[in-house]
Amino acid sequence: MERFTVHHGTAVPLRRSNTDTDQIIPVRFCTRSTRHGHADALFADWRDDPSFALNQPEFEGASVLVAGIDFGTGSSREYAVWALQDYGFRVVVSSRFGEIFRGNAALNGLLTVAVPDDVVESLWETIEADPSAEITVDLERLEVHWLDRTQSFPLDAQVRQRLLNGLDPIAATLGHTEEIAAYESRRRAAMPLTL
Amino acid sequence: MSSTLAQKLWDLHVVRFEGDDDLLYIDMHLLHEVNTPQAFDGLRAAGRTVRRPDLTVGTEDHNTPTIAINRAIQDPLAVEQSALMRENCAQFGIPLHRLGDPGQGIVHVIGPELGLTRPGMTIACCDSHTTTHGAFGSLALGIGTSQVEHVLATQTLALRRPGNMAVTVNGELPAGVTAKDLVLALIARIGPAGGQGCIIEYRGSAVRSLSMEGRMTLCNMSVEAGARAGLIAPDRTTFDYLRQRPGMPQGRDWDTEVAFWKSLHTDPDAVFDKEIVLDAGELSPYVSWGTHPGQSIPLAGTVPAPEDFENEQERAAAERALEYMDLTPGTRMRDIPVDTVFIGSCTNGRIEDLRQVAQVLQGRKVDRGVDVIIVPGSAQVRRQAVAEGLDQVFAEAGADFRAAAGCSMCAALNEDRLRSGQRAASTTNRNYEGRQGKGARTHILSPMVAAATAVVGRLACPADLEGQG
Ligand code: SF4
Repeated sequence: MERFTVHHGTAVPLRRSNTDTDQIIPVRFCTRSTRHGHADALFADWRDDPSFALNQPEFEGASVLVAGIDFGTGSSREYAVWALQDYGFRVVVSSRFGEIFRGNAALNGLLTVAVPDDVVESLWETIEADPSAEITVDLERLEVHWLDRTQSFPLDAQVRQRLLNGLDPIAATLGHTEEIAAYESRRRAAMPLTL
Repeated sequence: MSSTLAQKLWDLHVVRFEGDDDLLYIDMHLLHEVNTPQAFDGLRAAGRTVRRPDLTVGTEDHNTPTIAINRAIQDPLAVEQSALMRENCAQFGIPLHRLGDPGQGIVHVIGPELGLTRPGMTIACCDSHTTTHGAFGSLALGIGTSQVEHVLATQTLALRRPGNMAVTVNGELPAGVTAKDLVLALIARIGPAGGQGCIIEYRGSAVRSLSMEGRMTLCNMSVEAGARAGLIAPDRTTFDYLRQRPGMPQGRDWDTEVAFWKSLHTDPDAVFDKEIVLDAGELSPYVSWGTHPGQSIPLAGTVPAPEDFENEQERAAAERALEYMDLTPGTRMRDIPVDTVFIGSCTNGRIEDLRQVAQVLQGRKVDRGVDVIIVPGSAQVRRQAVAEGLDQVFAEAGADFRAAAGCSMCAALNEDRLRSGQRAASTTNRNYEGRQGKGARTHILSPMVAAATAVVGRLACPADLEGQG
């Protein structure tokens, strides 16, 4: 996983609420069996609309997505995170996220920044007025900077550490194999087996 | 100290405390062919193995055809994905219910059916509707692919302790009103994020009197309220259901299990972070009008106007949803015609659902303009339906009762999907844009409402059929 410290980039405004993961990547792309190569599938149905933000040349190369409330609800498909990353996004800003999506994002190094609605609105206005406006997302300080404004955001301490250090959570857990084995020896014997 | 059921289940599974997170042991790991090949690739790349294949089971449900048991999958990528599922399970010694096996079906239907879902367990699956299994008083979590890899390698998950929310439903559901209507009414009230950060425990007399099937429908859609899990304390209904499942302990061992299961309930003075109280007696059949499950209203109502919403975001969302759904505010829900009725899915593809549909279709014909597709949630559900003669009722009514079980048109990942602009009444759980096919429109509703809609050709409930046919 790529480490995350401070990110500078331009942003795309996604003026929609309730962007569920079926919209982020329609299900027909979920028969793919790879982690990468999903840039073409990102928002595939919405991209049919020429006025959709991602189709505007002025937002090309943007790496921050600023979306309306309840981004990433619905299906647990991790493809949603992979598609956003493959397209070039490193940060998604919204006022609320679907919980499974947010967890998936953290495990892949995609930073989700939750800020109040009026901050999302202000970011939208900024980028719409000047698509080249630079947004800085500082994971060390947990702050977003744009124009002359600064907004702090909360983030789970463990998620922050993992993103900063690029740790492998499975390796960390495997370091506790003895405790897992000890738990197994005291589990209820009657729990079902599949074999 | 008094605890909620969710807290008790959590505490029973903590392997170690890790700062803010707890490392939780997972008693059962369910897999399906989508969302998993990448997890096995990751495992192999790191030279790791599956810790407990004996606590892991796979099924084929999303890509599988339903028209015939021996029909080949059409999409070449899905063919490859299903082949990978078979290879991965074989390589790591994980049992797999392939299409055609007697135990095959939608992952959330077969877990309970095979007796693998029991009270007091932790269950994880690469699927957001894993919440279904909470109906048994187990802590059941939907996870992403990276977490699947974590469970495969370690049989644990590192998780933050969720909040506790109670949904208490007092009174009795009126005739013709089911768990599906209850959950749609709940989500309409609290919104698609109303349960966020929480495990919802469903309580109250209306919940207690639900069958296991009804409880599964309710818990299934907890994720549509944004909740991490849904939960119902086990009781006699649960034990009676389990007693008939394969692989259950017998004799004194059974009594020991029941005694343990009976201890799984919220203490009387436990405190919830949030509580919602509903009166079951006030509920009526519900249908969705928009593009997320929270956009649902009583069937007796009319399509809302954006101005009806106070909040700016909801107004904008309503405007977009009305445009996508091609609906005009003020239209009576009962005047909305449909092209297709889809009955099935992990929400409403169980035997009780099919019985309710058959009861409505018995002696009636489906409307000529409507395609009615009924897909059993599992091979076992289909066998049971045939044994009860429901297949005859469906055939005589003119409904297409599919030969094979699976997700089918719920995810539209196999060849069953709507064409752009088509409108469906579906017993599924999501009415998102394009969910049942690109450009297709979905109204989610209960099996009984779906069956009545099939007869009338417009959104309807069984009471509308009285005196007819
Ligand atoms: S039936 Fe639908 S919601 Fe349930 S597991 Fe299958 S695709 Fe998901």
